[in-house]
Order: sequence, then structure tokens, then C-alpha cells
Amino acid sequence: MTAVTATATTQDAPDARPGSRRSWAWLGILPFLVFSGLFLLLPISFLVIGSFVDRSGSLTLQNYADLSRPDIVLAFRTTIEVSLVSALAGTFVGFLMAYAVILAGLPKWLRAPLVTFAGVASNFAGVPLALAFIFTLGQLGLVTLFLRDTFGIYLYQQGFSLYTQVGLELVYVYFQLPLMILIIAPAIDGLKRDWREAAENLGASPRQYWRYVALPILMPSLMGAAILLFGNAFGAQATAYQLTGGTIPILAVKIGAQISGDVLRNVGLGYAMAMGMVLVMGVAIGCYIVLQRKAERWSR
Amino acid sequence: MSEQTAARSAQRRRGSAIWWVVLLVGVAYFTVPLVATLQFSLRTKVPFAAYTNVLQDPVFWSRLGYSAMCAVCTIVLSVALVVPTAYWVRLKVPRLRPVVEFITLLPFVIPPVVLVFGLIRVYSGNPIPLVATDLGSTALLVAAYVVLSLPYMYRAVDTGLRSIDSQSLTEAAQSLGAGWPTIILRVILPNVRGAVLSGAFLTFAIVMGEFTIANFLFRPAFGPYLSLLGNSKTYEPAAVSLISFGLTWVAMAMIAIVGRQSRGRVSAVGVR
Repeated sequence: MTAVTATATTQDAPDARPGSRRSWAWLGILPFLVFSGLFLLLPISFLVIGSFVDRSGSLTLQNYADLSRPDIVLAFRTTIEVSLVSALAGTFVGFLMAYAVILAGLPKWLRAPLVTFAGVASNFAGVPLALAFIFTLGQLGLVTLFLRDTFGIYLYQQGFSLYTQVGLELVYVYFQLPLMILIIAPAIDGLKRDWREAAENLGASPRQYWRYVALPILMPSLMGAAILLFGNAFGAQATAYQLTGGTIPILAVKIGAQISGDVLRNVGLGYAMAMGMVLVMGVAIGCYIVLQRKAERWSR
Repeated sequence: MSEQTAARSAQRRRGSAIWWVVLLVGVAYFTVPLVATLQFSLRTKVPFAAYTNVLQDPVFWSRLGYSAMCAVCTIVLSVALVVPTAYWVRLKVPRLRPVVEFITLLPFVIPPVVLVFGLIRVYSGNPIPLVATDLGSTALLVAAYVVLSLPYMYRAVDTGLRSIDSQSLTEAAQSLGAGWPTIILRVILPNVRGAVLSGAFLTFAIVMGEFTIANFLFRPAFGPYLSLLGNSKTYEPAAVSLISFGLTWVAMAMIAIVGRQSRGRVSAVGVR
């Protein structure tokens, strides 16, 4: 019964009817395999293979070498910068906000509305989000006009523009921050009061408690969250497209332009760019899963 | 109360003022863009003209209806695909769990823009030129949305299955003469209803606002409509953005309600 030993680790009930039927049981998930094969694995394989083929149809690595073109390097750099800045800002502020309502002594009833709102706001992305910020901080936005009429400060004469990299980062934080609140709340819940009291009774200052107890425990969760936020921004397309058209070189927007027409004048290069994106996302999600497992140690 | 503890609680009180500031700044960052959108939508000369214009526009309703139709198809297909698969993996083929979990995780790794890039390249030519027809493109759009829904739908259903004893339920149903379709539809599905519904509402929220895939497949969906409106009109986009936000809000509220109910139900039944 090799199958049973193999499944013992997955804490599942053993097969109800082992024996001759066992070898056909996998047919039960055939619809799932066919569907994901047709609409997930096949399209990705198409891009993978395409990225190794040149225009005449022979194998090549040239598409990946072409990723060093200055405009594409710039797109990778800008996208990583925007994702990193918005992820770090979201991680930092999101953690503080979640901590404020969970452990900092603010009224307990604040938590439920904040988490509900975070659920909505983390899904409020893309086109309507870009528009909402145009109505807020665009040339005629509410805040822009308010600052101009009340304080005489016109942001667009001070060098600020919503349609720049900084503006895009500011907009991205809007869906990063609530996602952070949602994923870090359970980790903050896991900080047991006993640990703080134990540290205080041993004479630890608040700073020492954070430095030697709380932060080391939270670190895997915080890093995992930051990485997930990074991936969350890295794959986004609609927000950047709506806000800037294509004036800021965001990878997803560039690939989008490639779908509409051969703007790179080289389809294979488009495939290689897509693969580059998938690779970055894969590394990010992989790190997230590893860190998440580490973080779960403390919640047991 | 010792002096030390008194000093500490004074310090905590001072601390909580700082936390109030943190919270209020964050809440302001959340609410100001919504207030600004509302205010912008009301700047029209005739009061509420942005809203009446939009609500009287048949295009608005047809785009909204199209996306709602896609959302419903996506949910039905996704549930039909995920519930039997997750159940079967748990019951019969746990050794295939890593494979299924890996596949359901892939949509996290593949950005929508890359997915639609691949889909268009595969299905624009022979042997299955789906992109060539309206119906084919819509089918492709729904398929892509089902793919997007896989990660959280599978996770939700799998968690739901963990809280019920699917093995005993199956054996009980079988001993009463039920076949597989009956077991899945009338025994398993009702028992993971909470998980399925929260997955369904999340799918609804995501599909209603989705832009990237619908846009590249040239589908008359709500996301591309709002995008175009944003480039061509002044006040109407604000009204439609708020409506879109309202839809997300409704979907999330439903998840919260369903979540409360299903937790209560599970503990009432007491199956572990």
C-alpha cells in the first residue's frame, strides 16, 4: 500500500475503496485538468515556447538578450520601483493602522468597520480608482482646488503631478494599504499579551519589547506581506493604463500595447517580457509562501 | 498600583493619542478620494445630471448587464469545476493535491495581462479561432475569469470541506443509494454553501470591475465602458465610479453576512 504511506502526511482519510479502482480515481478531476490545461497551461506554454523562437521559427535566446534594450530595462526598473515603493508604504502604514485598532488600546469596535472597509477598498482598483484620484488630485481635483483656494498653493505649479511615477505610487497605495490591513491583522492577533507582560515583568522597556520580542515574531509576516503587496502592484495594469495612458513605462501596460499591435516590432520580445514578468511574480509568490509557513509557526 | 505601573499607563494614554492620529490619517486617505468623486459628480449645473444622464443611457445598462451576465456564468462554471474537484481530491486522490494546488495558485503568478496575451495568441487562429466571433470571445472572457477565480474559490471550498466530515457524509449518502451527482449537489454543496457564496461574491466584485482582459478581447463590459467614459465625459465618470464602488461594497457586505451565518451554522452542527 504505497499510496497510503504517500498520503499519510496530508492528514486525509485514506482511500475508501483502494485496489483496482484506485488507478482510475484521478479521472474525477479530469474536467478541472482539461479546463486549466486549455485556458491556463496552454496559453502560458504558448508564451514560453514563443519566447525561445525567432521570427523564422528557429530556436533562439535572442529574445531574452533583447530584454537588455534600454526601453525595456527602464520598464522593468520603473515597474519594480513603483511596486516596491507602494508595497513598502502600504506595509508600513497598513501595519500601523491594523496595530492601532487591534492592540494599541483604541476602542475595540473600530476594528470591524476598518476590516470591512479594507475588504472593499482592496478590491477598489483599476479604472474607477484612477478616476477617483483624478477627481481628488488632478488639475481640477477636490484637494487640488481646496489647497489652491484656501492656502494659495497650486500643486501643479509646485512640481507635483498625478500623472507621474510619484502620482502612480500614491494611487497604488490605495489598494495596497487595505490589503496589508487584511493580511497582517491575524498576525497581530497572534501577538500574545502574555509575551508583553512577561517582557515588562523582566524589566524590558517598550523599545526592548519591540526590538527583541514583537518584531522578530512579526518579521516573517511583515516580510511576506510586503512581498505579496509587491506582486499585487507588479501585475496591475488597468490603474496605470487609465491614469497615464503609457507615458510611464509600466511593464503590464507595455505588454498590453504589444497585444494591440506589434509596438516592439518583435513578437518574441513581447513573449520574453511576459516571461520576465511571470518570473518576478513567481519568485515573489514563492517567497511569500515560504515566509507564510514560517509565520504560521507562532499561531499554533 | 506601583509607581512604575502608573507611569506606564500614563505613557500608554499619551501613546493612544498618536494611534488616533495614525488611524485618522489613514481613514482620511481612504475617504477623501471617495468624497472627491462624489463632489465631482455633483458639480453639474443641473443637480444630479451626471446620475440621470448615466441612468438614462441604454449603453450603461447594456454594459452593466453584460458584465453581470459574465459574472453569473463565471460563478456557475467556477463552482461546477472547483467543488467536485476539491471534494474528489480530499476523498479519493489526495496524492494529486500538490498538482491541483499548484494549478490553482498559478493565476496569482500569471498577471491578467499575460494571461490574456497567451489566450489571444492561442485562440486567434486555427484550430479553435474563438476570438473571431462575439460568442467565442465572450466564452474566452468567461474562461479567463474562471481562471482568475480559481485561487480563492478553491481555497474557500477546500477550507469549507475541511470543517465537514466528507468521508462519513459520502458513505452515509452511498448507503442510502445516492449516486455521485446527488452526493455532490445535495450533500456536499449545501455543506460548503458559506464558502461557495463568499467565493461567488468575491468573483462578482472582481468581474464587475475587471478591465484588462475584457478590453483586450474587445468585450462590451463595464470596465472598458467606464474607461472610455473617463476619457470622453467630465462628470459622468465620477457617477459611474461611485456606482462601481457601490457594487463592490454590496458584494463585500454579502460576504460578511454569509461569513457570519456559515460560522454559526457550522458550530451549530458541530461537525469537526
